[in-house]
Order: sequence, then C-alpha cells, then structure tokens
Amino acid sequence: MYLYLKYVAILFKSQTQYRLSFWLLAIGQALTPLTVFAGLYFMFAQFGQVKGWSFYEAALCYAIVGLSFALAETFARGFDMFSTLVASGDFDRLLVRPRSTVLQVLGSRFEFARLGRMLQSLIILLWSLNKLPLTLTAPKLLTLILMIVCGTLIFAGIFIATASFSFWTIQGLEVANVFTDGGREMAKYPLSIYEKWVAVFFTYIIPLGCVNYLPLLYILGRTDGHEILYMLSPLAGIVFIIPCLLLWKIGVRHYCSTGS
Amino acid sequence: MIKLHGINKSFKVARRTAGIGQAVKALFAREHTIVEALHNISFDISPGEIVGYIGPNGAGKSTTIKVMSGILVPDSGSCRILGYTPWQDRTEYVRNIGVVFGQRTQLWWDVPVIDSFGLLRDIYNIPPVVYRENLALLTESLALGDILQTPVRQLSLGQRMRCEIAASLLHNPKILFLDEPTIGLDASSKIAVRQFIKTINKERGVTVILTTHDMNDIEALADRILMIGKGTLLYDGSLAHLRSRFGSNRIITLDYREHAKPIEIEGTNCLSWSPERAVYSVDIDTVPVASIIAKLSEQIELLDIGIETTPMEELILELYKEHQI
Repeated sequence: MYLYLKYVAILFKSQTQYRLSFWLLAIGQALTPLTVFAGLYFMFAQFGQVKGWSFYEAALCYAIVGLSFALAETFARGFDMFSTLVASGDFDRLLVRPRSTVLQVLGSRFEFARLGRMLQSLIILLWSLNKLPLTLTAPKLLTLILMIVCGTLIFAGIFIATASFSFWTIQGLEVANVFTDGGREMAKYPLSIYEKWVAVFFTYIIPLGCVNYLPLLYILGRTDGHEILYMLSPLAGIVFIIPCLLLWKIGVRHYCSTGS
Repeated sequence: MIKLHGINKSFKVARRTAGIGQAVKALFAREHTIVEALHNISFDISPGEIVGYIGPNGAGKSTTIKVMSGILVPDSGSCRILGYTPWQDRTEYVRNIGVVFGQRTQLWWDVPVIDSFGLLRDIYNIPPVVYRENLALLTESLALGDILQTPVRQLSLGQRMRCEIAASLLHNPKILFLDEPTIGLDASSKIAVRQFIKTINKERGVTVILTTHDMNDIEALADRILMIGKGTLLYDGSLAHLRSRFGSNRIITLDYREHAKPIEIEGTNCLSWSPERAVYSVDIDTVPVASIIAKLSEQIELLDIGIETTPMEELILELYKEHQI
C-alpha cells in the first residue's frame, strides 16, 4: 500500500508537469457525464417516473455506478491502458522488478483528471440522498459503501480481463468497451426496466446488478424479506474479480515481449 | 552460478506480404510461421565473470537475456540462476539482478532522476543506509552530481545511460544484465561506461553479461564470449582463441614520406602500393609485426601505421559456414 502511494506520488508529479493540460482535462472530465445526467433529468421531467422508479431513485442509481466507474478508471487505469504497455514492450521492465505485476500495473498510471468525474458523481449522490425520503441507518450506509467498493472491483475486473487478452492480441480489445462503457451506461438505470436476458446477464455473468440494483432495493426499502441477502449481494463483485486475476496470471506466462 | 541447459524458445509470427489486399485478407485468415528464436542453448557462467554475448541482429541475444531475467518463459529446457528458476521464482529472483535495456528506459520520464531512484529504493526495499552509500558511490563514479535533479526527458543519451546503469545497481545485484549498453553513445561516454562496468566487476564482484554490436566493448571488457547465430550457440571461449582459430593474418597499412619504389619484405604480401602508402598482408605467426616495422623504418620515414585483424563480422560468417546455417 505504501509503495502504491509512492507510485501515485511520482505519477502526480509527472502529470502536473503539464499543468494547463491537467486542468483542462479535469474540467472536461467533470462536465462530459453531466450531459448524460441532463438526459436522465429531462426524461423524468417528461414522464414523471419509469416503471415505478422516481427521478431521485434513478439518480441515486446513476450516481453510485458513476462513482464506481470513476474510481475504477482512476485507480485501475493502468489495466485500461495496458495494451500500450505490451505493444511497446515496456512490460519487460515491470517483470524485472521484485513486485507483483498487478501492483506495478496499477501503479503505472493514475488518472488524476478523473477526480473531476468522481466529484460530479459524489455531488449527485449526496443530492439524491438528501431528496429521497429515507433515513440512512448504519447498515444502509454500510451497504452503500459496499456497493461503491464492489462496483469498482467489477469495473476493475473487466479492465484486468481485457488487459489479459492483450498478452495474446498485443493490440487492445475495443470490444471490451461493450462491457465497461456499456455496462456503466446500462447500470445507471435500475435493472428492472430492462428485458429479462439483459438483467440475467448483468446479474450472473457480470454482476453489476448485484452491486447496484439489488442492494438499492434494500436501501430504498423495497425488499420483501431476505434483507440480509440484498445487503450482501455486492460481494459478488469480489467473486467476479477472482477469475479476472486468474486470467491475468495465465496471460503473464504467455507474454512474449517485443523488439530487442 | 548461471546454468542454462537445452533452452528452446520459438515464436509464432504472422506472415503477410505487402499490399492492401493482403492486409484485408490478413484480417480474416492469417498464415503463421514458427520462428525458432533459441535452439538448444546451454552454458554455465561462474561468479565474477564478464561475458560478452554477441551475434548479428535477430540471432537471439535479447531473447536469451529475457529468458535469463525472467521475462520470457522458454518452451523447454532448464535454467538455474543463483538457485532460482527465473520465470518461476520471479519476484524473489529479480531482487538479485540488475537489468539495463539500452533501447528502453527504466526511469520515469517526466520526473527528476533522483525521484526515480527514490521509487526504486521503495520497490526493492533497499535499507536507507545501503541506499545512501550506493547513491553516493554511483553519483561519484558515474559523475551524476549535476543531473540528478533533471527530468529524464531532458537528459542526453549518454547521461541517461549513466543513470540507467546507476538505477540497476542501487540494490546491490549479484548479476548485471546489460542489453546493448553502449548503443548510440559517443566515444567518451562509451569509454566511461566500459570503465565503470569494469570497476564494479572488480570491486564488487558483480557478474556481468552484456550483449553488444560494438566489438570494442567486447575487447575492452569480456574475458569470455558467447556467440549466437540463428538461435544456436556457435562459440564459447575467449576472443583471442576465436581469432586464432581463424588464422593469424593481419592487414598492415603504412603511410610514409615519399619513397620512389616498393619495398619488398620477406614473408609478406604487398596488396597495394603508392609513393606514400602501402598495404601488406602478413601472417604474424611467421613474421612478427615488430620485425616488419623495424625493417621498414630502416629504409623509409614512417608517418602512420595501422594494423587490422580480421573483422568480427567476417569471423561470424566463417562460423556460420562451419556450422552450415
């Protein structure tokens, strides 16, 4: 952990070398998702509610996923951009250092500019919590934190799995964006508004529904019994990241460097 | 200390010819060829040796270094270094080695060199006392004092290479792998780097394995050379011995003050002659160089003498012929 912070410190130093670019990027990052949120707002302004979900409930859902994604992109950006590390052969350098490759790849990039995005999601989160008629009890707050953390793990898991494939393909896999960007956009709305097969896919294959929709039902007091199950469903995120890390391990052994 | 036995490694390479049509076709079906990068490579290296690893481009030098430093997993064969198998005990093993890739930096590009060193200290868990001592020693012997505060991207190639070498030695490695450490350096930087490699080998007993295309590196440093061509180890021994295997012919070029007629010297073969310059071919086993020069200087006023041995590239070609590859 200490070493990771050191990595982050040196990357911060690097990125602030280009100050103007840093600030412009941060502002841009904070504003872009706002347009999506505006879309959400106007839709609800028009229809009042969607399948029994009010605007603030949907906004809470949106904010939690947004926050998870921003966190994953900030911390696990190294995996997201990993194909460049393989293509340039710079992964060699990580392999000759006495640390785990996962830690080193995490430490190879850190997107400070994404903090803008995080801030935006956080504001919407607090705002919708404030507007919703619910009291945030300790278990509910705990569930909320669990949702955000495990959501981050799922997105990080997708990044890691995608990165693992570049050991074979060298180039990055754009198709994976279906799951990252696609998953993020999808999970911004409550799962119940979708077709069944979509809901099944995002519950059992990529368990975004488990970290978002199901525990949200508990927080909003919509469950019919089995509260503890709804509370703990975000732990599926931890289960999800394990095979991703396994795939990574296999990939590293297949690494075949480039150039001289 | 280093034991490689029967290492094989092959790569699958996509084959494709030029042209848009072919490129489109390659999107759907690709033909692959298997390139055998290393074929049955075996050798032992003892502690304290400096070994020059040479061979033409694409011969498998870097691949061998990558196998030995735990980056690549070979298809078959065994490799034991310091009691570890590099690709299996990677994190434990790499604590004991330093690796410099001449073409690639291991420093963080945008921050001052000293910050990179600081991060390496944390990555390797170097105790503060050891770090301070090593840093002081390296700063002095590689003349880094003025450049430690400079961001890496602003360094010249020679400065950067000195920093790279320092970075690979901060954690007191027992073995140092240098992949083309003098590539692109000017003469004075090359000499500085060579001098330093020699020093750490003598004073700290670091075993050094270096690949290079510059035969002067080999001549200045290596007690022993390993020559590889097309993935096969062609030669293992001293440079002098390799030379002696391919005859003791030398080409002697002489410049002198104008002299009217050619000078005949017994045992030599005059390749070309002009009133100011002559080129002889001589077998130094039968006629010592000293006696030729002595004879010549009796008759003419010598201005310059050049003695060339058979170029290394030709020796390699000879070895190729011998091994029929």
